[in-house]
Amino acid sequence: MPFQTVILWTDWLIYLLVAVVVVTVVYVRGREHLLAPWRRVGHSASGMVGLTVLLMFVAVGLLDSLHYRPRLPSSEAASKVVYAAELKSALDAALEPLRSRREKTYSAPLASELFAKEMIERADGSQTRDYPRLKFGGAQLKDPGTESAASIARATVGGAAAGAVAWLFIALFVAAALAQSQRQHIHLAWGALWRGETPAPWRAVLLTILAIFLAGGAAVALAVNYHVLGTDKVGQDVFYLTLKSIRTALVIGTLTTLVMLPFALALGIAAGYFGGWVDDAIQYLYTTLNSIPSVLLIAAAVLMMQVYIDTRPELFPTAAQRADLRLLFLCIILGVTSWTGLCRLLRGEALKLKELEYIQAAHAFGVRHHRVISRHILPNVMHIVLISVVMEFSGLVLAEAVLSYVGVGVDPSMNSFGSMINNARLEMAREPMVWWSLAAAFVFMVTLVLAANLFADAVRDAFDPRVRTSALPLRSMKAPLPAKAGGA
Amino acid sequence: MIAYIIRRLLYAMPILIGVNVITFGLFFLVNTPDDMARMQLGVKRVTPEAIANWKQERGYDKPLLFNAAAPGLDKVTNTIFYEKSLRMFAFDFGRADDGRDIAREIRMRMGPSLAVAVPSFLVGLFIYITFALAFAFFRATYIDFWGVVICVAAMSISSMFYIIGGQYLIAKLWHLVPISGYSGGTDALRFVLLPAAVGVVAGFGGSTRLYRAFFLEEISKDYVRTARAKGLSESVVLFRHVLKNAMIPILTGVVVAIPFLFIGGLITESFFGIPGLGSYTIDAINSQDFAVVRSMVFIGSLLYIAGLLLTDISYTLVDPRVRLS
Repeated sequence: MPFQTVILWTDWLIYLLVAVVVVTVVYVRGREHLLAPWRRVGHSASGMVGLTVLLMFVAVGLLDSLHYRPRLPSSEAASKVVYAAELKSALDAALEPLRSRREKTYSAPLASELFAKEMIERADGSQTRDYPRLKFGGAQLKDPGTESAASIARATVGGAAAGAVAWLFIALFVAAALAQSQRQHIHLAWGALWRGETPAPWRAVLLTILAIFLAGGAAVALAVNYHVLGTDKVGQDVFYLTLKSIRTALVIGTLTTLVMLPFALALGIAAGYFGGWVDDAIQYLYTTLNSIPSVLLIAAAVLMMQVYIDTRPELFPTAAQRADLRLLFLCIILGVTSWTGLCRLLRGEALKLKELEYIQAAHAFGVRHHRVISRHILPNVMHIVLISVVMEFSGLVLAEAVLSYVGVGVDPSMNSFGSMINNARLEMAREPMVWWSLAAAFVFMVTLVLAANLFADAVRDAFDPRVRTSALPLRSMKAPLPAKAGGA
Repeated sequence: MIAYIIRRLLYAMPILIGVNVITFGLFFLVNTPDDMARMQLGVKRVTPEAIANWKQERGYDKPLLFNAAAPGLDKVTNTIFYEKSLRMFAFDFGRADDGRDIAREIRMRMGPSLAVAVPSFLVGLFIYITFALAFAFFRATYIDFWGVVICVAAMSISSMFYIIGGQYLIAKLWHLVPISGYSGGTDALRFVLLPAAVGVVAGFGGSTRLYRAFFLEEISKDYVRTARAKGLSESVVLFRHVLKNAMIPILTGVVVAIPFLFIGGLITESFFGIPGLGSYTIDAINSQDFAVVRSMVFIGSLLYIAGLLLTDISYTLVDPRVRLS
């Protein structure tokens, strides 16, 4: 084999998460009462736009979760197989040119020259102080001063056009599928699609995909010859770093809740359902944990973990594995500090549910506690779990940046938005300013968090019974809105 | 009232003890002082003497829980648990790694923290409530719609970008205030202005949207319909009825945060170089000063408990139905 697959701890959990999502989808599909709220999510334009963008991020994150160690080229033919110590992912393989084309230091986006002047030796041996050419960015140009603008424009237009063509195929496919399902001619479906007359907001989704494809196509075409978002202090391509940061953000946002869910569910339901001393003990536990400011608890725990890792280097064969374990541990710590909110909600709900008639009836029939909990309580609190999981996501992504800044975030060798901001912050004082890493982190982070917020709002509006009842009379009071009023 | 407060304070004791046990476990059991010494001294300088010396300087060379060698009562008091954990209840935090008294440092740094956090808190609360009420008044119109859009977008931006953006625009580009730093007296105003303003802006999206939701929930209640049916004008309904009743959920979130004004914003203080408790904590984390981090954990939980107590008391002030019992 030309490579050896490696599955990191967080990879396992990501695969588990994907499996959970797939199983849930299959399970929900056949059950109308579970499908109904999801259909409401599907009809919310902002929610579906958010989901579309999120799925793009998830695709990048999943690609980055397939890890392997490439085989080193050895002189003797296949006598001994040696694999590289450096871990790579499928995303690295796809972006190999971006990864390997390192410049010397900073260069601006799409530049052909370094950011700072240096001494250059001319062909005749004399020295001059000028901006040196980049090794890779715009290397195909003879005279960057005159040619680069035209070359950049050509690549941008070409890439965007290719993106538009690819998008057109998707749009036609959607129209054909709509026509198929509604048994009408495709041009009728196409018209209805663009007039926004489809039940699902396909027009908004397709426009979002168009925007992503145009930007993505242009970025890919430009990346062939340039550093689209410039390079950082050690000459790494910022575009590549940004894409690599996506996985970290997604892992923190999702695995944290995956880690904390069992605690919150078990303890919250137990406290509400059993009451008495169980309730007292669990309440004491979460009040105590809650009373420590989360940043400090995380900092204390991460400091302790750092001591543990630093004093036992033999446990971690590669740097990537150490960084990965630290990431997982960060998720666990964040989970420990954040399960209390959900636990309290679940306790309250279980307290309310256990007084209802059907649970009383189950007790009267002699149904055991664990059956009552798994058959009657658990399904009836799932909407709370779902809402808090999606609402938590964006907060966790933002928290990662802050924690990395404080110095208790992910491993310094791991790419993340937090470490990008942290590194870029030090360059603010330079004159002229190095703005591109900060801008790249800003744009990608805002897009991710905004998409997550929009999707979370749609999910909450669809699943929270309280929101629906209180929002309806309001809208009917005044003129109907052209779009969703934004929920509560 | 006083009996209630005393009882609540007594309830707080087990929680504080719990916090104490957790931090003790984290800092002394999960990793022994030997591990900490090795980490702080670095790989090169680790010798048994250096570790023993490091531990002795900080008083970590004692037994953890029970000192069998000591005479009498010292069996219990001459231990790490007593010296480092129990003494915190008397606000004796010991010394930081740089030799300064932590308790004194905390007292000194409270002022700058409050100077930034209090104006930011008060102005912010006023602005958020004003806008939320305005959005609720113009509910289901374009003003409300775009207001919520702006709130959601503003919420999606990391607070660090607000700080960096504010520093760049106002301090670096327009030279209106210094980028960072602090000084006492009336001069402090120049240094406080920008961090406080950034704090207000950074919290705008989330808070305004939350308060708007509280207002909308009140507006759809029956007593509001009754008030309208009586012929009260919309502004009277909003200010006299809705605002008052929505204050209850707003207070729940706000009062609990008041004690934390002492700690101030961790990130804000560190970015703006304000010598408050927030930057003290961050510096301690970065230099791995375990004694300071431990003290701040204790102080933080103390303030949280104070916040819970304040919340309960404030309920009785705004909601006559709530009785302290």
